[in-house]
Amino acid sequence: MDLNILWFVLIAVLYIGYFVLEGFDLGVGILLPFLGKTDVQRRVLINTIGPHWDGNEVWLITAGGATFAAFPIWYATLFSGFYLPLFLILLALIVRGVAFEFRSKDENPRWRAAWDWAIVFGSVVPALLWGVAFTNFMRGVPISLIDGQFMYTGGFWNLLNPYALLGGLVSLLGFTLLGAIFLSLKTTEDLMRAAQKLAMRLWLPTLVVLVGYVVATYFFTDILGHLGVNPGPIPIGAPLALMAAGHFLYTRRSGWAFFLVSLAIVFATSTIFMILFPRVLVSSLNPAWSLTIYNAASGPYTLKVMSIIALVFLPFVLGYEAWSYWVFRKRISQKVQELHY
Amino acid sequence: MDVGLLSRWQFAITCVYHFFFVPLTLGLSVLVAIMETQYVRSGDETYKRMAKFWGSLFLINFAIGVVTGIVMEFQFGMNWSRFAAFVGDVFGAPLAIEALLAFFLESVFLGVWIFGWDKLSRGAHLASIWLVAIGSTMSALWILVANSFMQHPVGYAIENGRAVMTDFFALLTNPYLWTQFPHTVLSGFTTGAFFVLGISAYHLIRRREMDFFRRSFQLAAVFGALSIFLVIFVGHSQAQRMVQVQPMKMAAAEALWKSENPASFSLFTIGDESRLDDVFAIRLPNLLSVLAYNQPTGEVKGIRNLQTEYEQQYGPGNYVPSVITAYWSFRIMVGAGFLMMFLSLAALYPTIRNRPIAKLRIIGLYPLAIGLPYVANSVGWIFTEMGRQPWVVMGLMKTEQAFSPNLTNGMVWLTLIVFTLIYAALMAADVYLLNKFAKAGPAPERIAPIEVTLEEENIFA
Repeated sequence: MDLNILWFVLIAVLYIGYFVLEGFDLGVGILLPFLGKTDVQRRVLINTIGPHWDGNEVWLITAGGATFAAFPIWYATLFSGFYLPLFLILLALIVRGVAFEFRSKDENPRWRAAWDWAIVFGSVVPALLWGVAFTNFMRGVPISLIDGQFMYTGGFWNLLNPYALLGGLVSLLGFTLLGAIFLSLKTTEDLMRAAQKLAMRLWLPTLVVLVGYVVATYFFTDILGHLGVNPGPIPIGAPLALMAAGHFLYTRRSGWAFFLVSLAIVFATSTIFMILFPRVLVSSLNPAWSLTIYNAASGPYTLKVMSIIALVFLPFVLGYEAWSYWVFRKRISQKVQELHY
Repeated sequence: MDVGLLSRWQFAITCVYHFFFVPLTLGLSVLVAIMETQYVRSGDETYKRMAKFWGSLFLINFAIGVVTGIVMEFQFGMNWSRFAAFVGDVFGAPLAIEALLAFFLESVFLGVWIFGWDKLSRGAHLASIWLVAIGSTMSALWILVANSFMQHPVGYAIENGRAVMTDFFALLTNPYLWTQFPHTVLSGFTTGAFFVLGISAYHLIRRREMDFFRRSFQLAAVFGALSIFLVIFVGHSQAQRMVQVQPMKMAAAEALWKSENPASFSLFTIGDESRLDDVFAIRLPNLLSVLAYNQPTGEVKGIRNLQTEYEQQYGPGNYVPSVITAYWSFRIMVGAGFLMMFLSLAALYPTIRNRPIAKLRIIGLYPLAIGLPYVANSVGWIFTEMGRQPWVVMGLMKTEQAFSPNLTNGMVWLTLIVFTLIYAALMAADVYLLNKFAKAGPAPERIAPIEVTLEEENIFA
């Protein structure tokens, strides 16, 4: 395995981590108006992800940085090509992050309502657009090679094709489902029951959309024909895991349900990266114009330096982030005196 | 305006905006960590209240710094794709390392610190705020590794029209970095100190929570005096470095049109940038040579000579940055710096003599002086980045070659306008909250349960 492959895998791992972790915290943000009927309840919902959302988001920043370092051409072409979608995601993440910190700092109900809306907007937009973006990566976008430089030559609307929108619906529903299950694990009493009920209701639509998406993937991508790795049974893994999650949801074993929905996200994201491999951005215009882990990569020296640093420090990061989840493993009660504002 | 210029505006606005928040994060995290250390060592509850009060202001400030940092990272690819493709091999590495080593540390332990007061031992809770402070400082280190490469490229080779890293340790030992990094971080410490001095002075004047704010003021006075002294000291050697590696920036900062030996220092200049000459100038003989070399003689290169030199080296073109911007931003920064030095010495005096601070004659100036480091930080970066023009990477790539070729004017106008409006709205909310919480002062020692209206209706309905 050469270092280009290692970095492809590392970046895939970073996105998988991001989608699982930020997946549930985006889900919580989306569910804020549906489950949080009172101000205290909304604060409880936010506090379930309070200590974690920022650390979760760093997975994305690290994925972006790793892409820049290891595959600068991918980074340059992708980020400039997906200019407007990324702009929307940035906008969402900006208002969302600030809203978590600001919303309870003033008593005025309009102030709080405005920031709560910012949280909802800031959670729905990324949850939807990540699915759209990753579906487009595999489906292929108009990438041209002009004067030795790769360049996105499509527009904004190219990205909003039906297949990609279906992908967006999958991530939106999937993250919301994960968020609901997470809340059923982290809250108490009526909130916990409401979250459980909502998760059960979300489960079937999510499964249906996911199955549709997997089927569409066989038609709209070159999953069967191209030269990358054979994904084997992994694409089927996502719907199977989600199906099993349903069993545990209905038997009220939320811990297992959470694990299995997370697993479905792991399978789905892995499948996307397997279909891509060894490409990182598929050109819909000419197969030779696709960006790959070789034509978009940094030199061997940079990859070596970065590999050493990543392999030395990543375990520490995983260790202390896991520890922080352990510290805050308890459910958040609705007793106002114990609530952190 | 074309895409390149629009992208420059967007980058500049985001950068200056981002750097309104970062320095306070750098400084206040350390101050809060010191306060909590004193609490853990002495068990004195006042220090705990100090850590909580200043910590709450720290958090209001922190959020915007983080979210605009993401915009900074993404912009390199979104608006500057040719730059990203050209230098990514070298430039991407410190950004990735920053995320891995600094951002995770900062975010995870900040979450632990905010929500962990009752869940962790005192020692573990204290460790978490120190890790936040260390994370912030490390973040500054790595982003400045990247920026130093743009100012003074080292450790690279050009292969197939792209910069390729050849020596990672050369990037880490870039001499430019080791003046830029302390200068930036210590400016952040100074910002934190003036923030605490100003708010403490506000309350001391009104004779509220005297003990609480006297201790805060004294801590900030010592911390601030130390920091600003080092900022100026390092700044001096940084300027000397600039004479060597970025002579054009120095010449522009001094409006030195022709090379001089011994070189004179401009006290006040009105120049004509089209003729590259003085309209009116008062100059002090020999002083610039003294500043540049610590001796009365020594050649400092002038703008016209450097222009000729660069034309020979890089081909025809204009290699002169905006002189008026460089000249004034440099002077405002230095002026603000010395003013802060004076103010922190004045604050240090009653602290060391243990005199009542409220009796300090200029106490009323400190709340106003909160703005000084912000002015100095902003013009400092404007000088650093504008003074490098027309280069985005000194000597390797011009800014006009760096932007994304696929963007349209309309797209960048849209993002520029929306970002700017959002930044303005968030700034308004931020200032509102800081003002409200700073003026309210620390929470009473025993926190009463917060009164909450249990309204049943859904506000979203």
